[in-house]
Amino acid sequence: MANSNSQHSAILVLADGSVHHGKSFGFIGTTTGEICFNTGMTGYQEVFTDPSYYGQVLIMNNVHIGNYGVKDTDIESSTVKIRGLIGRNLEELYSRKTANGALDTYLKTNKIVAIECIDTRALVEHVRKNGAMNCIISSELLDVEELKKQLAAVPSMDGLELGSVVSTVHAYEAGNPDAEIRIAVMDYGIKKHIIDCMVERGAYVKIYPAKTSLAELKQFNPDGYFISNGPGDPAAMPYAVETVKGILNEEKPLFGICLGHQLLALANGVITFKMHHGHRGLNHPVKNLITGRCEITTQNHGFGIDPASVKKAEHIEVTHVNLNDDSIEGIRIKGKSAFSVQYHPESTPGPHDSRYLFDEFIAFIRTEKK
Amino acid sequence: MPRDQSIKSVLIIGSGPIIIGQACEFDYAGTQAARSLREEGIKVYLINSNPATIMTDPMMADKVYLLPLTAESIEQILEENQIDAVLPTMGGQTALNLAKEAEDLGIWEKYNVRLIGVDIKAIDKAEDREKFRQWMIQMGVPVATAKTANSYLEGKEFAQEIGFPLVIRPSFTLGGTGGGFVHGKEDLDEALNRGLQASPIHEVLVEKAVLGWKEFELELLRDSNDNVVIICAVENFDPMGVHTGDSITVAPAMTLSDTAYQLMRNTAIRMMRDLGNFAGGCNVQFALNPDTEEIIAIEINPRVSRSSALASKATGYPIAKIAAKLAIGYFLDELKNQITKTTSAYFEPALDYVIVKIPRWNFDKFKGADDTLGLQMKSVGEVMAIGRSFTEAVQKACQSLENNAVGLGYYGKSLMHAEELLEYIKIPKWDRIFRIKDALMAGISVGTISKATNGIDRWFLYEIQKICTMEKELSKYKLESLPMDLLQDAKRMGFSDEQICRIMNDGTEDSLYEKRKAAGIKRVFKMVDTCAAEFEAKTPYFYSTFESSGVSESKVSDRKKIIVLGSGPNRIGQGIEFDYCCVHGLLAIKEAGYEAIMVNCNPETVSTDFDIADKLYFEPVYWEHLWEIVEHEKPEGVIVQLGGQTALKLAERLHNKGIKIIGTSFDSMDIAEDRGRFSDMLKELNIPYPNYGTAHSVDEAIEVANRVLYPVLVRPSYVLGGQRMRIVINDEDVEKAVVSLLKHLPGNKILIDHFLDRCQEAEIDAIFDGDTFHVMGVMEHIEPAGIHSGDSNAVLPAFNLTPLIVTTMEHYAEKIARALNIKGLINIQFAIKDGKVYVIEANPRASRTTPFIAKAYQIPYLNIATKIMIGGHKLTDFKYEKKLKGFAIKEPVFSFNKFPGVNKELGPEMKSTGEAIRFIKDLRDPYFRQLYKDRSMYLSK
Repeated sequence: MANSNSQHSAILVLADGSVHHGKSFGFIGTTTGEICFNTGMTGYQEVFTDPSYYGQVLIMNNVHIGNYGVKDTDIESSTVKIRGLIGRNLEELYSRKTANGALDTYLKTNKIVAIECIDTRALVEHVRKNGAMNCIISSELLDVEELKKQLAAVPSMDGLELGSVVSTVHAYEAGNPDAEIRIAVMDYGIKKHIIDCMVERGAYVKIYPAKTSLAELKQFNPDGYFISNGPGDPAAMPYAVETVKGILNEEKPLFGICLGHQLLALANGVITFKMHHGHRGLNHPVKNLITGRCEITTQNHGFGIDPASVKKAEHIEVTHVNLNDDSIEGIRIKGKSAFSVQYHPESTPGPHDSRYLFDEFIAFIRTEKK
Repeated sequence: MPRDQSIKSVLIIGSGPIIIGQACEFDYAGTQAARSLREEGIKVYLINSNPATIMTDPMMADKVYLLPLTAESIEQILEENQIDAVLPTMGGQTALNLAKEAEDLGIWEKYNVRLIGVDIKAIDKAEDREKFRQWMIQMGVPVATAKTANSYLEGKEFAQEIGFPLVIRPSFTLGGTGGGFVHGKEDLDEALNRGLQASPIHEVLVEKAVLGWKEFELELLRDSNDNVVIICAVENFDPMGVHTGDSITVAPAMTLSDTAYQLMRNTAIRMMRDLGNFAGGCNVQFALNPDTEEIIAIEINPRVSRSSALASKATGYPIAKIAAKLAIGYFLDELKNQITKTTSAYFEPALDYVIVKIPRWNFDKFKGADDTLGLQMKSVGEVMAIGRSFTEAVQKACQSLENNAVGLGYYGKSLMHAEELLEYIKIPKWDRIFRIKDALMAGISVGTISKATNGIDRWFLYEIQKICTMEKELSKYKLESLPMDLLQDAKRMGFSDEQICRIMNDGTEDSLYEKRKAAGIKRVFKMVDTCAAEFEAKTPYFYSTFESSGVSESKVSDRKKIIVLGSGPNRIGQGIEFDYCCVHGLLAIKEAGYEAIMVNCNPETVSTDFDIADKLYFEPVYWEHLWEIVEHEKPEGVIVQLGGQTALKLAERLHNKGIKIIGTSFDSMDIAEDRGRFSDMLKELNIPYPNYGTAHSVDEAIEVANRVLYPVLVRPSYVLGGQRMRIVINDEDVEKAVVSLLKHLPGNKILIDHFLDRCQEAEIDAIFDGDTFHVMGVMEHIEPAGIHSGDSNAVLPAFNLTPLIVTTMEHYAEKIARALNIKGLINIQFAIKDGKVYVIEANPRASRTTPFIAKAYQIPYLNIATKIMIGGHKLTDFKYEKKLKGFAIKEPVFSFNKFPGVNKELGPEMKSTGEAIRFIKDLRDPYFRQLYKDRSMYLSK
């Protein structure tokens, strides 16, 4: 809790009409977005800057957020991507010696409205039972009726195309230009550490804007393609599905993460759906059906690929499943070196159990090159 | 891989008597393991010499051996039974050492028994300091600079090489026994010698001290398919230098960035996978340099531990239960999360609350002990508190400690000056956190305190500062003027009503409670569910907090309910035996058709396991919390007889609020507790008792002493385990004793009894149902009077007393039980001198010896007693077939080795930390004969 005396009041209103009173934190203002929750106990800054959270108002289940401040290197993109933050105790003061500043200042600089002193546990249960919905937070306007009016005007996440909104405007490269391996990356909201994971493994990568044509990608002369994560509804991105289809015809290794996984599925005739309240956290158990080994994964998705539809697609092999709800976490296209996972093997934040997938991707590329 | 079908029977090794560093957390682990294996249809055999444990109850295993933990006992068990495998990872260091000894002797091989969970190589790698170091270096995991020395000279040489400050760590010892810091040359000799002597293999590690680094622990599970999960990351409030058992600890880790945490997680997983054959629970400790965030590995324990018991209670994840299943071959992904029942056991719990553990020390029992905290554990128990913020959790933990703390802070006591405080907190002692708060109140800065304490993380200090700021704000008001929104904020920070009244210097706990209740500021109860509400859970494990939403998850059923009060943190005089009593009480309540509700704050206990009671409130056994639970649940009544003195002393307020005390009434209890009323009653019943008197001053005391005649026993009223009790022989000593008592317990009434010198002591535990009186057991102490009953060797049944004396004792006991109108349990202590029987005291509750008698006679006495308390059952409804052949001896076990330099003499103040049971066929038994011969050796002056 920040100092209670100097704090303004703030209000949170959900689309179903429920109202929660709290105290303001960060930027003073009004914000809207789809409410979701994250159960992770470390890595708030990485989460806040993850482009996949674009358009989301985030509840942090962990009761203290801000304890170790913010640090320039703990980011997944250059700006804060969440639209608003809801917490039990948001902390102004921090102790990390290598940090660059406090969370409160960081949110103010990034103009992010936050609310604290909320019964986040009750709120998470509410979302778990009633599903994801839009919400509005305000620390400047405390008139509930007015807030409800503003909230009504916010579009639903279902059918919303956001990949091109958060994607890079200009293509850029990372890694050593003389590297043996070249990867073309489709950016629909890529996390910085995904790029790092490929570069660390000796790849030279070029990151392209969402609507880049296949012809342009090919000019880079890539040995493999990567389809990134990102926010929004995959079904609203036919342009991206077309790109993936085109890449598949190239017969080069392809790796997709999260939204990239959904796009690979769509490109193979599998349908996607909006989940009730999504998976967001650092503790999701996944089993690798090929090795029999399990991995604790970082997840952040509100859409999934339809299991019945996967079953029908004979050319798709399920490689990973979620041990909690049996949802499909990884697929491979038979006869091709194309694969994808629903979760985030780069993690950041989260366990590094699944980073072997980048090794596999690089290994595929090396094999194909020979 | 599913369960290994070739394992049909398993031997579980317990940890033996409670000693400092190895307490009832291993009863919790062993009990869970036994239940978990039996669930799989495996026959469970159990060995433990500790009769106060639940694990040694007949209902827990197919066959229980209450035998000394020796290779001979193991051989006897294997001789008598067909056993396929032994599980040594549940009984602490004792069990691992015994498993290793049996391995060295070739016993496992001889009887074709497999070691499951861990193999000897893995034990060696983890436990042998030098092997551990070499192993870490091989894996590229950083460790502190160190060298292993096997002699004094070697040690000295290495110390010079490494430089001060350094640490001496003996190999193969428990709870850091014999270890210590050496700040300079002058302390080296003593520390080296102590360390070498403490190590069974005469080996110490001379290690560079990483003072000022932060300390973390990870609790992990690994299966035989190399799947690893981290169940909990625990952060020590106290930086490196204080044994983790003596540190205040917090979960989840509060000050770790994801980068730092993942480095630790990755390292721990690498260590576990490289350990060798291991399937089960494991603990890894790290130190982190706050300036650079580099880490070093401190140690790995390839077994469940105190920390895993804490982690289980902190997260809801039953580590020992799952560890047992992994030991018989299961993979983690084949098991279900026991809390949600629908999701996988292969996952990492997410917390949406904070837990704080504070150790409980008993330095008052060890006069002259060095109370500086260091590498060697000194605490005897611990409390855990759950809150929705660190401030709330830490204050709840203080309220749980039972040392009269009403929250984090001293109230009404004289405070030290700022300079004094700053000096004081430089050295870690039991009350350091209280003094840190005082220092912050006195205006000393967070930075200065962090430096003075060698690196307590500033974040924790900022949080404590919030408590101070709030306290200063509260002090501006009186009960009438106190703004409700400020009160709401204060309650969210864990301030108790009593604490707020003391800060305002106005109002009473009750009046403030009524005021806030009227304003709607009431506790809500939240669930511990392993998953931060992500999935639905039905486990009835709750804690209280304050939320403006008012959403409470603890739904009150329409069944009739009974609340059982636990005994709070373990300490000398009140320990594991009450956990045993509570567990049986809860089970009996369920059998009697009521909903059983448990309230306690001790994370080591079985009674706070999530599936023992119908509903568990993990809360301080403190009036305010208890009362809101009572108001929420509206039980038929509350049982206070099973939770020792802690529970008993809450009876009066419950009674005054009109809440039914199940069993013996409050008034009867009060007669037994109040020396004056009790003696009047004995007089009326024509039962002899030693002459006595009460005093409030030295003069009065001397007058009484001369009236009742010397020698006299001087003691405060209402204390536990004979605290501060002294035997004195002249006026001068009376004065000394009384002055000291009044200094430590100001305002306390002092009791002075004539001491029956060289008399014989005996005790009776009994049950009375209003009509029938049943003597559970008569125990005769081997040592003559003057030694606290908890420290005496007691023999069941009496071995030397004449039948006439025993009959007289039983007769008196029945008269007392009838006069007190006992409903349930009673324990009566006797002194016998010159053929005359005197009654010394009566305890209208379960006693330390109740579990011992139940075990020795194999009669479920606690179950019977609870059903008598509830009513609906009479003693005649049960059968009593006492199965003891020969005698059972209750032997006290001490932890003096943790306090070098402390006088080991015994006296009227209890000092033992645990007990063992030993069965003998007859009085010719050599062990008994030795004890009997030495019976007067321990007498103090």
